[in-house]
Amino acid sequence: MTEDYAALVRDDRVHTMLYRDPAIFDDEMERIFKQAWIWVGHDSELPGANSFKTAHVGRQPVIVTRDKAGAVHVLLNRCRHRAASVCERKKGKASVFVCPYHGWSYDVDGGLRKVPFADGYREPVDKADHSLIALRTECYNGMIFATFDDAIMPLAEWLGPARKWIDLFMKQGAGFGVKTLGEHRFRFPGNWKIQLENTTDAYHFPIVHKTFLSSLDEDTENLMDVLGQGGWVEDLGNGHSVMVMIPDLIDLEENLDAPIPDRFAALAAELAAEGHDDDQVRRIVRAVGGSGFNLNLFPNVACSMAFFRVLRPVAVNETEIQHIAIGMDGGPEAANRARLRLHEHFQGPMGFGTPDDAEGWERVQRGAAAGDALWVMLNRGVDAPDGRPEPGHEAGDVSAETGMRAAYQMWKRMMTA
Amino acid sequence: MSVDMATAGISMAGAQEFIWREADMLDRLDYREWLKLWTAEGEYIVPIERDVDDHAGALNILHDDAEMREARVKRLLSGFSMSSAPPARTVRTVSRFVMLKTAPERVKLRCAMHIVEYKYDRTRLLAADVTYRLNVTPGGIALDRKIVQLVNSDDAQFGIGYLL
Repeated sequence: MTEDYAALVRDDRVHTMLYRDPAIFDDEMERIFKQAWIWVGHDSELPGANSFKTAHVGRQPVIVTRDKAGAVHVLLNRCRHRAASVCERKKGKASVFVCPYHGWSYDVDGGLRKVPFADGYREPVDKADHSLIALRTECYNGMIFATFDDAIMPLAEWLGPARKWIDLFMKQGAGFGVKTLGEHRFRFPGNWKIQLENTTDAYHFPIVHKTFLSSLDEDTENLMDVLGQGGWVEDLGNGHSVMVMIPDLIDLEENLDAPIPDRFAALAAELAAEGHDDDQVRRIVRAVGGSGFNLNLFPNVACSMAFFRVLRPVAVNETEIQHIAIGMDGGPEAANRARLRLHEHFQGPMGFGTPDDAEGWERVQRGAAAGDALWVMLNRGVDAPDGRPEPGHEAGDVSAETGMRAAYQMWKRMMTA
Repeated sequence: MSVDMATAGISMAGAQEFIWREADMLDRLDYREWLKLWTAEGEYIVPIERDVDDHAGALNILHDDAEMREARVKRLLSGFSMSSAPPARTVRTVSRFVMLKTAPERVKLRCAMHIVEYKYDRTRLLAADVTYRLNVTPGGIALDRKIVQLVNSDDAQFGIGYLL
């Protein structure tokens, strides 16, 4: 079946079939997840030579490794002999990957090292021709991406203006650098694009997350009134977008003279007692709460206020999500502990926010089973393409669906290319 | 092997009765009464990684002190959280008790928990090792620490809109 994909995406709406047609999903895996830069990890997840983690690029399992020279490799997790996976651990250290089935072994750069009982082959196995398949891999500011498409533009160009926002996001390292601290992993029975949309959906926040908001102290609740801070949404090209919810927290190295919020008073006192001077304390404390924006990078990762949000399409109606907590690499333990508790408060399968998001997304998938000729409306703020507020034009604010429209235009471009 | 009742303030039978009563409270969503089972310093933890000793230094699915437990119960009972209004229905059993430590003022024990949950035409099964620290208090037995180690804690979960 060849779909007319261009007809399924309009400027202000997308067709319901995008959520529920398994044939469209299969095409997405080929045309998007094999032809885009896909996020596979953060530098800090590979601490030193011979460290590795496993991930997915679309539906395909990969191993992300770091060699002795520090270079990062993304390798298909499949023995070149009879296809067994060569690694089933989530992360760790290994100087060699040995296939458990017949013992073929591979170096961390994917090169075939040894074939047991090699004399059973008339000609020696051509090692150069039987490496683990390596994907093209590039990094930007600690973010590691891989792609099946050797002809794709360089990562830096793919990210374009999003790079500025990645740089701003990484200021949460408060000068120490950003380090991943652990991750929540959860699934919901729904299409991956429902999650992609949600990262740039401020509109749902006060509705879905009412119980999160009411669990905060008054100052923080006011801060998290994301529709009332003068924020906006910007289309950054190539399907990427940024949603600024708290403009004051765009640049964490500014406004360091502002009073320390009550909720961080105890942390500030603890840091001061540890011997950090006032400037350091202010910088660390301001970074602890995270950035005031969500940067949505098409198609599978977001720098979401204080964590990385990674999606993995499993099936047309099944998506796995990681919420990766981040902290300061070598930073004060008290500050990183505070970040862990803040992350647990909202994120993860028992957080005060995530279960309600997941339930909402599931409801979208369930509801999308109804109606064959209906559209999913993305027209909020359509008259203000940059989503910037204008006098007398309420729609163009942070709750505009600008970021979703940006993502779907990229979807259309890739699906019809 | 029997526990020496003279030195152990809490017997195996007493601990089991307490834990079964707690399980029943949780299945019935009697969360306000559940809050009263705890000591003021009590810790309620659902870890992600296995074999972690310093839970405060790690990311957990849940790491609650008294204040967070209160806030969590308020949220779950508020009626405004779509994942818990209503939550999945649950039926849980707790068994395979092993007494790990006994002292006059407290005991530590481990047990197995199976939860069957049902929502949206779907039935799911969760299993966990649960470690309890129970204190002797003037008011009776009190929950001082509960660590729920899900059998698949380091893998993907679905949203959990109730208490484990």
